[in-house]
Parts: sequence; C-alpha cells; structure tokens
Amino acid sequence: MRKYIVKRLLWSILILFFVSFLIYLLMRSLPSSYVETVARERAASNPQVSYKQWLERLNELYGLNVNPLQGFFIWLSQAIRGHFGDSWYYGVPVTQKFGSVIWYSFALGAAALIFQVALAIPLGIQSARKQYSALDYATTVFALIGISLPGFFFITILKMVFAVNLGWFDLNGIVGRMHDSYSPFRQFLDICQHMVLPTLNLVIIGTGSLLRYTRTNMLEVLNSDYIRTARAEGLSERRVINHHAFRNTLIPLVTIIGGTLPGLFSGALITETLFKIPGIGYTSYEAMLAGDIPFTMFYLTFMAILTLLGTLISDVLYAVVDPRVRVS
Amino acid sequence: MARKSKKSANYLSARTIRRTAKENRRITRQFEQKLNRKHVAPSEYATVMKDPANVLEVEDLKTYFFTDAGTVKAVDGVSFEVPRGKTIGLVGESGCGKSVTSLSIMQLLQRPQGQIVSGAIRLTQDHGQAVDITKMPIHAMEKIRGKDVSMIFQEPMTSLNPVFKIGSQLDEVIGLHNPDMDKDAVKKRTIEMLELVSIANSGAVYDMYPHQLSGGMRQRVMIAIALACSPKVIIADEPTTALDVTIQAQILDILRRLKDQINSSIVLITHDLGVIAEMADEVVVMYAGRIVEKGTVEEIFKHPSHPYTLGLMASKPVVSRHVERLYSIPGNVPNPIEMPDYCYFRDRCDRAFEPCYGEYPPMISLSPTHKVACYCYQQPADKKE
Repeated sequence: MRKYIVKRLLWSILILFFVSFLIYLLMRSLPSSYVETVARERAASNPQVSYKQWLERLNELYGLNVNPLQGFFIWLSQAIRGHFGDSWYYGVPVTQKFGSVIWYSFALGAAALIFQVALAIPLGIQSARKQYSALDYATTVFALIGISLPGFFFITILKMVFAVNLGWFDLNGIVGRMHDSYSPFRQFLDICQHMVLPTLNLVIIGTGSLLRYTRTNMLEVLNSDYIRTARAEGLSERRVINHHAFRNTLIPLVTIIGGTLPGLFSGALITETLFKIPGIGYTSYEAMLAGDIPFTMFYLTFMAILTLLGTLISDVLYAVVDPRVRVS
Repeated sequence: MARKSKKSANYLSARTIRRTAKENRRITRQFEQKLNRKHVAPSEYATVMKDPANVLEVEDLKTYFFTDAGTVKAVDGVSFEVPRGKTIGLVGESGCGKSVTSLSIMQLLQRPQGQIVSGAIRLTQDHGQAVDITKMPIHAMEKIRGKDVSMIFQEPMTSLNPVFKIGSQLDEVIGLHNPDMDKDAVKKRTIEMLELVSIANSGAVYDMYPHQLSGGMRQRVMIAIALACSPKVIIADEPTTALDVTIQAQILDILRRLKDQINSSIVLITHDLGVIAEMADEVVVMYAGRIVEKGTVEEIFKHPSHPYTLGLMASKPVVSRHVERLYSIPGNVPNPIEMPDYCYFRDRCDRAFEPCYGEYPPMISLSPTHKVACYCYQQPADKKE
C-alpha cells in the first residue's frame, strides 16, 4: 500500500508540472494582460511618457520581458521554494491574500457538504427501500431538478423569495451594514446568517447526484444474495438495512465523498461571485479577470493539487472500505 | 385460435399494464399491511400439526406473483409433509416453483409482488405446539428464521457478505439466537461449527473475508451458518449446483452427517436426480407450480409413474447404458400466466389421451405413500404398469 501511494505521488508531481506549465502558457497568451491595462491607464494620466514606454518599463518590472518558457521556469524555481510572489491585482503576497479568504470558502463548502450528506444518504436509502413509492418519485423529481437546473437560476429564485420578498437575508455580501458595531459573538452570527442562502444553494445543486448514487447502490445491494442470506439468518429488517446493506452501499459513497474532500478548499466560484462572498472562488475570479498571473498561477496549481489529492484519497479509501481490493 | 390467444398473451397495451399494476398494488397492499403488523398475538398464528411426527407440513400452498403482465401462479396448491429426521427431495425443471416453495417457507419472497395467497405452512415448535408461517407477520417470522428453519442457497460465491469476516458473520447468527451466550462462548461455538463442516484451519478462516475462500469452502460456511442454531428444518436450495463434482460429494456428505447429528430434517431442492437418489427419503416431483407425483425414493425411482417423471428419468445419463443422444422432454414449461385448467403437461406428453382434455387431474393414490396426478392411472385395474 505504501509503495502504491508513493508511486501515485511521484506520478502526481509529473502531472502537476505539465498542468502548471499549460496554465502558465495560457495566462501568457491571453489577449489582454494586466500590464497592458496599467500601461494604458498611466499613459492616459501622464502624457509625457507614451504607452509604449510604459509597457516596456512595466514588462521589465513584472518579469514579462522574457519568453513564456523562460518565464515559466523562473516562476517554477520560485514556487518550489514557496515564493509565489505578490499578487498584482491585490498588491499583497499571494499566500497572504489566499490565507485571508480561504476560510470563507471552506466554511461554505463544509456546511454544504454536511447538509448534502445528511440529506442524501437517508433519503437515498429510504427511496431504495420503498422503490416506486410516492417518496421515491418525489425525491427523484427534486433530485433531478437540482441536478439539471444551473446554480445561478436557483440563486436568483432564492434571492427573490428570501431576500427581496421576505427580507430575511441580505441580497449579497458576507457581513451586514452594522457588522462593525456588533459584539464578536453577534459578528459571528451575522456572518452565519449571510452564509445561509449560499449554503442552501449549494445543497440544492449538490444533493441530487449523491442521492441518486445512494439510491442506485442501495437498490443493487438490496437485491444481492447476501442480503437474502442475512434475512434468512433471522436478522431484523433494521439490522439488515443498517448493517449489512449500508456497509456495502458505503463502498462507492465513501470514495465519492472522499474524493470531494479536497474540493472544500477550491471554493464555489459561481455561488461566491453571485453572493459576493470574499472566498477563494470570488477572489480568484477577480484576479483572473484582471490578468493577475501570480495569483491565478497559485490558485490553479492549488486546484490541480486538490484534484490529484482527491483521486488519491478516493483510491485509498476504496481499499479501506472494501476488503476485496485490500490485498496486494 | 390457439395462435391468436398466444399472440394476445404476448402483447399487452400500456392501458392493460396500468390497469393490472393498479389492481396488483391494491391486492399486494392488503397482504403487506397484514405482514407488517407490529404487535400480533401469538395465538393468531398458533396451530397444531396434523401428524406430530412431522416437523413441517405444507398444505395447499398457493404463492402468486402479481406482475404487470398478469398474475403468475408460481406455486399453485402444493402439499407435502416433512417427517422428523427425514430428507425430502423437491425435483423439477427450472421454473417449476421449487425455489418459490422454499422461499415461501422462509417468507423470503420478492415482496411486494410475491405473496402467499392461501394455504398453510405448519412448522413444529417445542412442547407440541406449532406455528402457521403463512399467518405470521414479518416481525414474528424473523424470530424463527435461522433458528427453527434455515436455508442454504444455490450460489455460495455471492451468498456471503463480502465486507464482513467469516467469523463475524457466524458470530452474528449465533449471538442473535442465543442472547444469553457471552462473546467468548459465541466465538468458541463459531470455531466449533467451522470444524463441524470440515474446515481444517478454522482459526485462520475465522479471520478471513469471503473472497479469500473457494466456492466449496464458502458453501461449507453457509452450511455452518444454516446449522449453527440446530434448526428443525434445513432448506437446501440446489446446494451443490454451483460446485464441481468432487466438492459436491463432500458437501452432501457433510449435510447428511450433520443432519443426523442435530436430528433435523432437510428439504432438498435440486434437479439432479443422482443427488436425490443418494440423499432423499421421499421425493416430490413438481411441474409448473403443482405436484405431479410424490412417493418414497424407491417408489419414484423403481416405479416412476407420471409421464413427466418418466421423462426426467429418461433424460438422466446412466453410466452403463450407451445412447447416441440423451433424451430430452420436448417443449418447455408453459408460461405461468393464465394457466389453462387442464393437465399442464398435456402438450408435452406422449401419453395424452381423451380425459387429459378435461380439467386438471386429481391426485391418485398408487400406494399409501405413492401419489400421482395423471389420468393414466384413474382406472385402477388395467392401466397400472
């Protein structure tokens, strides 16, 4: 097992190298760059120095006067040592900006995941046990609505109902207008209140697929021979479902959920942007729009690491929950 | 005419299916409600055995499947008795209702479609009492499954839960039916059971997962699970079909030895007549959900009477006899939906004659123990072979 993990990690490093190289190439080939925007602004406000001159100076200042290949290796040699540079758009070190926004995203993702799992698994099991019942049809319809319709659609409806018509929540933002005057505890509650709608949205769009997974697996397990054996042994129906069947349903579920764990740090770009939550998704979206190469490089490489980590975690968890893949 | 009705039987309009489905739901809901009741007085399903020497009496059992295509009468009026310490063989082609009969006894039918519609299954209890399984709610049934009646399945490769160790699966059954045993006693009993089914390194197997064992070993574990609580009746549903021949003999040996050891009875379901000849005391031949012939093993093998039994005997390979082609009964088991009211075997039978075009033949006694459902034997004197 250890050998396998080490091998997988070595492969991941190779993949990571090519991924970051591609991202860098793409960032350098974008039609507009941060430097050009700044040069245009400076040239407009200060006519003595022309746009061309500004561009040359800034290119040198930001290290863009080398070709993309050289530029990548310069970035890489810094990144390996943990120097990701300063964000051009935010003007602070990349890691500092990252550290200040990531926890909003993590809180949002974790809350959503907890609710998704808590909803999807019991509902999935129930609808499998009572296949073709009213409950089964109802959950299927709602799950498919959640899967099929885009997130921004629900966000609009949620805002319409809960923020505009009922007025229970603010339209967007992470803190209310009076945030600074509150006591620390009230401040925390304030943030929680602003997290409700985004979490609700993530739960709506994310629960469906997990629920369907649970239902399908449970159905398959319930029809298997060993469940019949368990019943023939005289075990109560509850024990058959909760122990024998659930343990087998868990195999695919754990690998799926385990694989999404690193995704807690990746942020929800659309939800965060539409709710103006200063999480990592929203922050990197702004950085990308501005052509902020250091921040984007850091964020996208970080995403690549999370993805690779996710597949590794789900593979390892597979071996943990299923004894059949454990040997050799 | 015949072709027309056959065609309409195969084609069902969406409306017909919807109507049948709705009707089925109505019927099965009533059965389900009865089965799912929680607090039922034991007197409701208490009964007495007709013959105290029997451990299991199945009387006029009817098990139907309510499908969208129509009601399948998988078991339609089956009666047989299992005396204490005896082995009853249930024989028949695939789709004859052998397995459904056994699943009815265990109440393990695919619900809600499959339901016991009428009849009685009496299972003996201690102190001369008995229960009627057809009247038992699920809740009460759970208490006797695995304890008084247990089952060995056909497919050992998939019948054990792949994520639990052999030991814990056995421990679970033993602990469940012996709540006063402590953990060490349960484990000791498990190891003992594994040794009883001739598993040599029982200590190591205790900590193994099912996928680490061969098919024969897994079937031994299944037997150990089934026999762990010394049940009164063991239902073995084709226990050796999935195993190779040398292992088959060993498994049957273990089964026979343990049956005598714990003094229980076996209902052996198989389509292997060799296994029946070796194991069974009495034989029940089933065809299309009904019993066509039953008798002691000598009667069935020495004087097979029903044309279907004769066909089964003829289609069995015999070592000393050289044949170009093995006999096979022409045709197939008829579609079990909307069975006609005449002998189901008529269209495949080479001895069909006039009375066969009438209603389904009654059971005719050839001897006190030998009974056959065939018009060939109705006139006692001249027709007898």
